[in-house]
Amino acid sequence: MIGKIISNKILYAIMLFIFLAALPFFASMFQVSLFAKFMCFAIVAIGLDMIWGYTGILSLGHGVFFGLGGYCMAMYLKMASSNGGLPDFMTWSGVTHLPFFWKPFGNLAFAILMVVILPAVVALVIGSLTFINRIRGVYFTILSQALALIISTLLIGSQKYTGGSNGITGFTKILDFSLTNPWVQLSMYYITLLALIVIFFICWILVHRRIGKTLVAIRDGENRLRFLGYNTSVFKAFVYALSAVIAGIAGALYVVQVGIISPTEVGIMSSIEMIIWVAIGGKGTLVGAMFGAILVNGFKSAISNQFPDLWSYFIGILFIIVILWLPKGFISFHEIPERIMKFVNRNKEEI
Amino acid sequence: MQELIVQLFNGISLSSILFLSSIGLAITFGLMGVINMAHGEFIMIGAYTTYIVQNIFIDHFPKLFNSYIFFAIVLSFFVASIIGYILERLIISHLYGRIVDSLLVTWGVSLFFQQLARSIFGAPNVSVRMPDYLQRNIHLTNDIVFPNNRIFILIIALICLVLIYILMYRSRYGRNVLAVMQNREMAASLGINTRRVDSLTFAIGSGLAGIAGCAITWIGAIGPTIGTSYIIDSFVAVVAGGAGTIVGTIFGASFIGIGETIFEFLTTSSIGKVLVFTCVIILLQFRPKGLFAVKTRVLDD
Repeated sequence: MIGKIISNKILYAIMLFIFLAALPFFASMFQVSLFAKFMCFAIVAIGLDMIWGYTGILSLGHGVFFGLGGYCMAMYLKMASSNGGLPDFMTWSGVTHLPFFWKPFGNLAFAILMVVILPAVVALVIGSLTFINRIRGVYFTILSQALALIISTLLIGSQKYTGGSNGITGFTKILDFSLTNPWVQLSMYYITLLALIVIFFICWILVHRRIGKTLVAIRDGENRLRFLGYNTSVFKAFVYALSAVIAGIAGALYVVQVGIISPTEVGIMSSIEMIIWVAIGGKGTLVGAMFGAILVNGFKSAISNQFPDLWSYFIGILFIIVILWLPKGFISFHEIPERIMKFVNRNKEEI
Repeated sequence: MQELIVQLFNGISLSSILFLSSIGLAITFGLMGVINMAHGEFIMIGAYTTYIVQNIFIDHFPKLFNSYIFFAIVLSFFVASIIGYILERLIISHLYGRIVDSLLVTWGVSLFFQQLARSIFGAPNVSVRMPDYLQRNIHLTNDIVFPNNRIFILIIALICLVLIYILMYRSRYGRNVLAVMQNREMAASLGINTRRVDSLTFAIGSGLAGIAGCAITWIGAIGPTIGTSYIIDSFVAVVAGGAGTIVGTIFGASFIGIGETIFEFLTTSSIGKVLVFTCVIILLQFRPKGLFAVKTRVLDD
């Protein structure tokens, strides 16, 4: 009975949403902005869990989609903040005219549209090139990682148009509101929370319907599914695009709250970090991924400020332990005593 | 024209380093189904071993300084392979067949090693001094100049290639490795100790990465994250060439090494990288398992 209640994971999700909704009433402004950032990461984690936890495709390049969304939004914010003039970093690198692809981003609606469309298109192109030719498993993983490397070097290389390794920063306004206004920050917090809840429930519904079952079937036995007549590459391209769009939305929300996007967020390290959140929280459960993102980042900002050295050791070792001995992540913590007992018993037998 | 020849030579030189760093990856991937993200850290271990050996020679045997590189090569091989052996026994051996998990776990390991290096040697880069005879150049004509250190690295890579060839195709151990690669269960039933083959192979692969690390100390400064800058290229080399074959690795490494240098020479450094990776993606459209993949009828999942 108790076990059944504990394993009813949606309860955790609802508790988390209530906590997040209540947070601004008792926490400081600093903590609120911190949690707004964590929520953006939680959104990415949900998307990644759809593709990795449910479909079994490990993408080490999701920073790219996070960055695409982020850069689209940053272009709008930069245009809104420079009052019709050239963005400051362009003046520094000697650009006299606004590049043509920047112009439409002066419109917020267009920017938001691009936040959704660009990641979807990129993911569909890459997905169809790889999945239809049955490049899969670890080959896909390495290619996606190379993608993250390519895009981040491209961003750094084209200093004139993207701000190079400094990225795009120095935003002051969204629409006509000042970004430093606490009410604007608070409403952004709630918009992020709303996005998190909506995306969570969309994915929740998806995985409990037929398509979710198909995705799990691809994970567990893709060849059987193909022999049954399913075109698995369509499903894989779909879920890749879905998670890319989710990451793009998260990136756009992230830029508004944090105020900077740079190639660091696109590169390999941050892409792998996203995988860590999902793995530690628990892949294959949306709630676990969400909790993983929030908890890992919470610990990170608590520990790494005081002991930056300790953090790398801690996350490295924790990661090894979780993958080796706790493949379902910390969300399945009620299984931990059982696993330890099993381990102890097995050792006894061997003696 | 002269410039192109110099660039080609630089490309071959980069290829030889990439070959050393990716042959271990290719063999462990083909043999054990394990992707070792910590492989770059063995490059780092080899590089720091060279640094330590150099410091010991400067402090205690300044007269023998010119010959320190030979000790450094041998020691970096052994230090890296011993650490590789321990790592295989402790962690990797739990991961056979769990290919994606192995990638993630070894990434945790690499994070750990990088931080360890940062704690021991400090975050700033250190540089290694070459003996005089490596600092000279060979002038083919007035314009075409080959630096000795790069020629030396090329020679090391060629010697390693020959040794690997003899080990893999002309020795009992190599036949065992190939047998396990083709059919693990059958090899085990015929009396091959597959676990021992695994750990030894992993150790040798790590040791070769150590030699690669030793080699790169002569062409640039080294730091705790030096491995990450080579590991992606090595992975792509393995993927392009096909896992588990020496020929494939030679092809992949030369393709990436020469391609990157030539493209970067013709365009800019970022566009050059993009072009090389695009070529690899196009190649994979036709040969999803790499150009020289081991032929098999197994329906892999």
